[in-house]
Amino acid sequence: MAEQVIICKDLTKRFGDFMAVNKISFEVNRGEIFGFLGANGAGKTTAMRILCGLSYPTSGAATVAGFDVYKQQESIKRNIGYMSQKFSLYENLTVLENIEFYGGVYGLSRKTIRSRSDELINQLGLQQEARKLVGELPLGWKQKLAFSVAIFHQPQIVFLDEPTGGVDPVTRRQFWDMIYAAAASGITVFVTTHYMDEAEYCNRVTIMVDGKIEALDAPQALKARFQANNMEEVFYQLARGAKRSSD
Amino acid sequence: MKQLLVFIRKEFYHVFRDRRTLLIMFGLPVAQILLFGYALTSEVKNAHIIISDQSMDANTTKIIHKIQSSSYFITEVKSLAGEEIDAAFRKGVVRAVLIFPPQFGEDLQHKGKANVQIVADGADPNTAKTIINYLTAILGDYQQSLADGASAPPGIVPELRMLYNPEGNGSLNFIPGVIALIFMIVCSTLTSVSIVREKELGTMEILLVSPFHPIMVLIAKAIPFLVLSLVNFTFILVLSVGFLDIAIKGSILLLFAESTLFIITCLSVGLLISNIANSQQAAMLISMMGMMLPTLLLTGFMYPLDNMPYILQLISNVVPARWYYLIVKAVMLKGLGFSYIWKETLVLVGMTTVLLSLALLKFKTRLS
Repeated sequence: MAEQVIICKDLTKRFGDFMAVNKISFEVNRGEIFGFLGANGAGKTTAMRILCGLSYPTSGAATVAGFDVYKQQESIKRNIGYMSQKFSLYENLTVLENIEFYGGVYGLSRKTIRSRSDELINQLGLQQEARKLVGELPLGWKQKLAFSVAIFHQPQIVFLDEPTGGVDPVTRRQFWDMIYAAAASGITVFVTTHYMDEAEYCNRVTIMVDGKIEALDAPQALKARFQANNMEEVFYQLARGAKRSSD
Repeated sequence: MKQLLVFIRKEFYHVFRDRRTLLIMFGLPVAQILLFGYALTSEVKNAHIIISDQSMDANTTKIIHKIQSSSYFITEVKSLAGEEIDAAFRKGVVRAVLIFPPQFGEDLQHKGKANVQIVADGADPNTAKTIINYLTAILGDYQQSLADGASAPPGIVPELRMLYNPEGNGSLNFIPGVIALIFMIVCSTLTSVSIVREKELGTMEILLVSPFHPIMVLIAKAIPFLVLSLVNFTFILVLSVGFLDIAIKGSILLLFAESTLFIITCLSVGLLISNIANSQQAAMLISMMGMMLPTLLLTGFMYPLDNMPYILQLISNVVPARWYYLIVKAVMLKGLGFSYIWKETLVLVGMTTVLLSLALLKFKTRLS
């Protein structure tokens, strides 16, 4: 059995009477691409915030990279990467300065930053642009750079919150190639998305409805179980029963 | 610690690459100082004055003629009694009244010494001072011309009185006010905008997920503006001394210490605003409306507080710039030491503590 890097047991977050996350339990294996799906307001973001060490659960237990979400938020933060839909690099800093900044924030030494950023720039083919301001790069490049920066400190897990929002299909495809490469190098990828075709790229997928996990399996198995042609149909069948519709 | 330095360096990049920030940071002080400094020391022309000649002798006639022939004044000669003087000022046209008492001519002839009264409208202290200077200069001139023949110069002694603003707040007093205003703009506005910008861009989220402590984010944001504001302060002092001939009478060290305190107050205001506002525009608006106007109006450097309705005087007590203004005035212009300003300092320390705790508290609750 594979090593588990995220373990949730009856994880619950309650805001007053509202059960944002209602007793969810799941495990994520090392090196897995784990899709976290759900309509707006289903509780994805709340669950993800807990796993990222940004908020405390109301009850239940969870560990991320072996660290407890109640007591070891600092250690969790040190071992994860994060990228959101909002473009997260500084436009008036150059490519290199952005890399140096985020590397520095994660406490990497100057030497490590230098050698890894050389490597990264070569890998992305950004030698010409390394000293240009990020604001001058096309969106697709920015997005890829943002992902590279998110895993620059070589985290155990990277959380991607709708990372491909507003990106064209070609770039999205290239972006997923990068995700596969990261997973192959041993980084666990925890990704939320609205694109059901992207759900198909994941090793396993959970679908959250009204704060609960309604399904958790490989896309192939889910399609078989719900007798659906694609993930979109699976999603609709499950999400139809939702009572909450938005944040 | 190293992480903090990395962060601070990034903030400096932001400041130096944003033309608008740079302009506000360094262009504004120059513009303000020159504007206020020179606009206020400029000459007075065609000021309305009333000459009340109760002596009506050869001397007063000559003096009045001298005054009328200068281009500075539009004169009106008529006799005014006590309350009539006040009434004339209240209409707002008359800037000064020159009064020759009934025994002026006789005193000058026989005792060689005579009093003359100048009453000026102190609500506009600069004009008032300039007018007084011109009038005393003309009187002095006349006195000189009398002395040519006589052995001892007869003395014309002007008695000065400022209506509405007996202290005679003058151009000098604008500098401390301008300094306070600049700190308020630079620290509150720029800090809040720079934090809200990260919220808008989504980079704040990334920073919060990083092991970098959230409070450190605020510190890293504040430090560059603290440093730049101190540089700015030095710059303003150099400008004031170099161009406006203002002497710094008190301890420079004390001045810098108090300024650092006030900068921290302004930064706290900025942090607080950044927690309330969700867009850069909102942050800008709140800091401009909420902080700049009170600083401009209720600090006492533009409009004397004593003339304001009681309610406004009460409100002015919660404007931090008001206390800083008093401190700078005391140290820079009057050369007073810490023992004279400890109360004001204490008020500022108190305000800063409250503002900073509020900002941090709000920041914490917003996170969870």
